Amino acid sequence: MAKITLRVNGEPHEIDTDPSTPLLFVLRNQLGLTGAKLGCGLEQCGACAVLVDGVSVLSCVRAVSEFEDNDIRTVEGLMENGQPSAVQKAFIDEGAAQCGYCTAGLVVATTALLSQDPNPDSTANDSALSDHLCRCGSHTRVLKAIKSLTVEGASGDR
Amino acid sequence: MTASLTKQPNVDQWLSIGADGRVTIRSGKVDIGQRISTAMAVIAAEELDVALDRIDFAPVETGVSPDEGVTSGSNSMQDSGQAVRLATATARRHLVEKAAAALEVDPSTLELADGLIRSRDTNRSVTYWDLQGDQPFDIAIDPEVSVKAPETYQLVGGQTTARGMTELATGKTEFVHDMTVPGMLHARVVRPPHYHARLKELDESVAQRLEQSGFRVVRDGSFLAVAGADEYAVIKAAERLAAAANWNMGKGLPTRDIYESLTANERVSLPVADGIPRKEPVPPLGDPPTDAALTLSARYEKPYHMHGSLGPSAAMAKSEGEKLHIWTHSQGVYVLRESLADGLGMDEEDLHIIHAPGAGCYGHNGADDVAVDAALVAKAIPGTPVLLKWSREDEHAWEPYGTCMAMELRASLDADGSVIAWSQESFGDTYMMRPRSSPDGDGPRRLLPLRYRAEGVDDPVPQPAMRYHVGIHRNLDPLYIFPEPRLVKNLVRGLPLRTSALRTLGGFANVFAIECFLEELAEAAGIDSVEFRIRHLDDERARDVVKAAAEALYAGDTPPNRGRGIALSQYTNSKAYAAVGVELEVGDDANIKLHRAVVAVDAGQVVDPDGLAMQCEGGFIQAASWTLHEAVTFDRDGVTSRDWDSYPILRFGNIPEIETILMDRPGNPFLGAGEAIAGPAGAAIASALHNATGLRLRRLPFTPDAIRAAAME
Repeated sequence: MAKITLRVNGEPHEIDTDPSTPLLFVLRNQLGLTGAKLGCGLEQCGACAVLVDGVSVLSCVRAVSEFEDNDIRTVEGLMENGQPSAVQKAFIDEGAAQCGYCTAGLVVATTALLSQDPNPDSTANDSALSDHLCRCGSHTRVLKAIKSLTVEGASGDR
Repeated sequence: MTASLTKQPNVDQWLSIGADGRVTIRSGKVDIGQRISTAMAVIAAEELDVALDRIDFAPVETGVSPDEGVTSGSNSMQDSGQAVRLATATARRHLVEKAAAALEVDPSTLELADGLIRSRDTNRSVTYWDLQGDQPFDIAIDPEVSVKAPETYQLVGGQTTARGMTELATGKTEFVHDMTVPGMLHARVVRPPHYHARLKELDESVAQRLEQSGFRVVRDGSFLAVAGADEYAVIKAAERLAAAANWNMGKGLPTRDIYESLTANERVSLPVADGIPRKEPVPPLGDPPTDAALTLSARYEKPYHMHGSLGPSAAMAKSEGEKLHIWTHSQGVYVLRESLADGLGMDEEDLHIIHAPGAGCYGHNGADDVAVDAALVAKAIPGTPVLLKWSREDEHAWEPYGTCMAMELRASLDADGSVIAWSQESFGDTYMMRPRSSPDGDGPRRLLPLRYRAEGVDDPVPQPAMRYHVGIHRNLDPLYIFPEPRLVKNLVRGLPLRTSALRTLGGFANVFAIECFLEELAEAAGIDSVEFRIRHLDDERARDVVKAAAEALYAGDTPPNRGRGIALSQYTNSKAYAAVGVELEVGDDANIKLHRAVVAVDAGQVVDPDGLAMQCEGGFIQAASWTLHEAVTFDRDGVTSRDWDSYPILRFGNIPEIETILMDRPGNPFLGAGEAIAGPAGAAIASALHNATGLRLRRLPFTPDAIRAAAME
């Protein structure tokens, strides 16, 4: 066991944990942030994505000790003044979830994508989301949500 | 009357009105991402004339919720939706009568708005909450009660945001996986390498060291699990325990080619007529009719598919004295209760099962089994709540798959291109292994973990399902007007993998085969395949969807290098009609790129159009994934599809534009739609592939290897 300091959703946390524990388990079980999900534990499905310094990172394998100097933001921490962020609102408006198990990861990946490229083309979308699986088939709605957030989408039919 | 209403005939079983202005709807169907709670809330709010946000949807729970069996078969709207409609309409009539008495006016002078009942004559008013708040109705549902006329709908058919979307998008939804209670232990199971392996010995020193480190090791025969306070430490402990286990591997899994086995193994064969198997001899195929101008035969095949839930199955259980509480994402809490009580020798009343959200399951996946795992561990550690999760490997290797199938078809056309003879035989393992105790009383055998206990139950021996359009013979009966089709279902013994209900049961494979074969027949007869279908249909609604899909698909010229194809079915020949069109391209690397899909669906009266469209889009994407990518692999030592690399599915990057065309039928009965798209989706892809390349592929999936192999022939 070791003391680990983490900065999550703008708040510092000191945690007593086995430093080899993957970040995801610390977020979920010690900080109560259960939005990010364990889908595979193999970095194959994307359900565990969180923002690390603004970049979408899979959290189910990499040890918590790797993240001591980073700014971590989970799907819960994307809310702004208690309200859903623009990306979250677009997901809600487009109905971009069925069971929702993959949704937190997709919201995080979309947030990272749009912060780097406010007008991603379909190739950029596909590459940003390529690590993310969805079994219900909510893909079409996720892509619509992203489109609604781009300059083109916002000035278009919305 | 549906079974739902016969079993639960009273208003109080379906709804209650709170003094706080809330309306609670109780259904026995669970929301698994298919937005059924949204559709039910819309129906209830419509019939009661209350705002949609007043409606709460109670969790499904044994002893409280209506017993509606299993949430499956696209039955929820037809059964539960209709029951909620009649219950709320009966409640509304009762409330209006009560209000008229309280206000001393004629009921015809009353106006309703969001639970407020006001008399136009006296301007006096009273609310539902005043009249009925926290009080039982004590009345029976009137099956003949008048319901709202479609032209007066305020909510039904309108745009609605799905319930729970905000919570999902902000990470607030509590899945079973997220449950946290004081004193809770996490647990994992250690499964054998394959179904038939049994624990020979366990290195007891490893188990002892784990116990000394504060873990609890639970062993009952070949059932092995470990529990502890820290989830990740438990995962590591399970790995140590797995390494300490020595298994007797037995003969392993049969390795004969599954497609050979399907038609060579021992089997139970039954003729099927009008969607129902008959306990009669199978009529011989015989020679084609003498007036046949053309006779074709073809065999189509599909491999084992997995449900592939994105979240590995999980359950929480707590044993308290005689009582056992289980929180589960099972699709049938009553069914699970009956079989588990039987298996554990408990009174059903002592088993309390509560549904909690899980990842999408699409049929009978690991949900029920993991609930049993959690129950076994909780019973070994009385008084302590246990949250047991399967690993990704557990889920991939141990869920009951959708069976492999073979479909052998032969048809003859006369000189005019009309079908004058039709034969189809479908071969497969069972789809019917949900933990129902009836009809053969083998509920406990259908719960996987119980087979591995010291006093374990035997593997179940499936019997052919005999009801209308279930199992292997779902959609075996063609929708078309073919004279006396010869239809045979073959339940095949001795196949290698564990199987049960997967979305559409045999419907996907049968429709895939029928619709692909129609394309081949139409081509051989030189008739346009849409025209060929329409000629053989006498159902106007089926014709309408196929015309609508064709019109949308064939608008404009086909871009270079692309192919288009179309297919049709009516799910179980009694639920939603769906026609699917696909436009695709095959790349130089032999990968299929899906460009466009059109889905025309007639689901009767549409309640939640956006939710229905979503089910269509999701149904297409899942079926496209089956068609392009999926096949469970195995060898003698077990399943080898153990993660997402060894069992790839469709990803972002190959999601087509999907246009959904909803054929609304105001006032018509709801027709279940959740599974309607899959069959025609697979066949439309096959047809578009042929249109693009000239290749007829008859075995799924259409991988680059399969396409290259077909091109070499």
